[in-house]
Amino acid sequence: MCLSVPAQIVSFDGDMAQCAVGGVITHASIQMIAHEDLKIGDFVLLHTGFALQKISEEEAVATLALFEEFETFNQSLDEEEKKTGQRIV
Amino acid sequence: MQYIDEYRDKEKIISLSNRIKFESRSPLRIMEVCGGHTMAIQRFGIPSLLPEHIELVSGPGCPVCVTDRGYIDKAIAYARQSDVIITTFGDLIRVPGSSSTLDREKAMGADVRIVYSILDALTIAKKNRKKKIIFLGIGFETTSPGTAAGIIKAQMAGLFNFYVLSAHKIMPPPMAALIEQGVKIDGYLGPGHVSTITGSAMYQFIPERFNLGVVISGFEPLDILQSIYMLVLQHENKQPKVEIQYNRVVRPEGNIKALELLDEVFELRDDWWRGLGILPASGMAIRPKYESFDAEKQIPVQVEPTREDKGCICGKILKGIANPSDCKLFGKACTPADPAGACMVSNEGACAAHYRFKKS
Repeated sequence: MCLSVPAQIVSFDGDMAQCAVGGVITHASIQMIAHEDLKIGDFVLLHTGFALQKISEEEAVATLALFEEFETFNQSLDEEEKKTGQRIV
Repeated sequence: MQYIDEYRDKEKIISLSNRIKFESRSPLRIMEVCGGHTMAIQRFGIPSLLPEHIELVSGPGCPVCVTDRGYIDKAIAYARQSDVIITTFGDLIRVPGSSSTLDREKAMGADVRIVYSILDALTIAKKNRKKKIIFLGIGFETTSPGTAAGIIKAQMAGLFNFYVLSAHKIMPPPMAALIEQGVKIDGYLGPGHVSTITGSAMYQFIPERFNLGVVISGFEPLDILQSIYMLVLQHENKQPKVEIQYNRVVRPEGNIKALELLDEVFELRDDWWRGLGILPASGMAIRPKYESFDAEKQIPVQVEPTREDKGCICGKILKGIANPSDCKLFGKACTPADPAGACMVSNEGACAAHYRFKKS
């Protein structure tokens, strides 16, 4: 029920904005976000016709970078397993 | 960046799964509060990526599942009035009332319309001035700010044929009640979209009073695994705290504008939760200031006596003390096509998610 989806702002119309969800354009209220914080091309989190929050690209990039670190660690585990012939995880 | 596929990368999922197996030593029982998490966990097969000693249990975060059957009965009674148009999210339409469903009433001629947003319900109110338009306001803090915004818009537009039947609820009381009622868990996977509105401070009492961690999680497989990893580290280091994994949308302070809308329109009241009973200050009533939009106050209606289904263990499942497969009705007398209990109706109900993705 709390299902919300990322949507990209295409254009503004007062308190409303046209947002693209995948290939579909939908009309959503942006009244819960300060207008000066939004520009065309930004992603927002959409729920029942309302944008709940701007999605922070900066934070998203930081999270994804962390996943890279997990991959590097996993590779080192793989190498150690190969070297020692023992399963670690 | 589309904010979806990036969080479903197979190699990264395997890495994170291995990292969890590497770090986790002691048994860990995590409750996912949110129905959206229940669905994602089953859909992406998350349990198969975890060591056997980490168990995930579903919690009370499916609004349709925890709502009183009497609410559905009331909505049905309203639907039977010839001057009423019921507007509702699709989730509610097939939920069994004591003797009918909104879907059945619609088939028999009642004007019941599925809307995607309360804004659509306002449009219907504008076009049908001689009818009473009742919007079924259900959901947690993710959804209720929209209802608040809708009521304020109705007032500004002079739409005095528009009403809301509120079953809105807030998340912290059941999270406390579960632990107080003795449900054994070691940490919470916190609801990501509720927290987008509320922020993270409202969970602070959970580590403080109960010594349990809360990690507010996103809904993609990498989000959920990373959150579990964070809970594993908290558990292993014996340092329970509130953390945000889903920080691309959840800010510690939440969404101030949305919180202001909630405070303007709603006040807290005691409310009934399936499985948990009446919890103090856990439901949202429309403030007297906006009572001309409150269906309960403005439109009197006779409601049939509420009758709960026998055999359904939805209440226990919502508390994390039984699994869907423990229910005698599961997959037999209760299926998504012919549900006996609310947990099988909603897509995000634990029973529906288990039926769809596991069937055992």
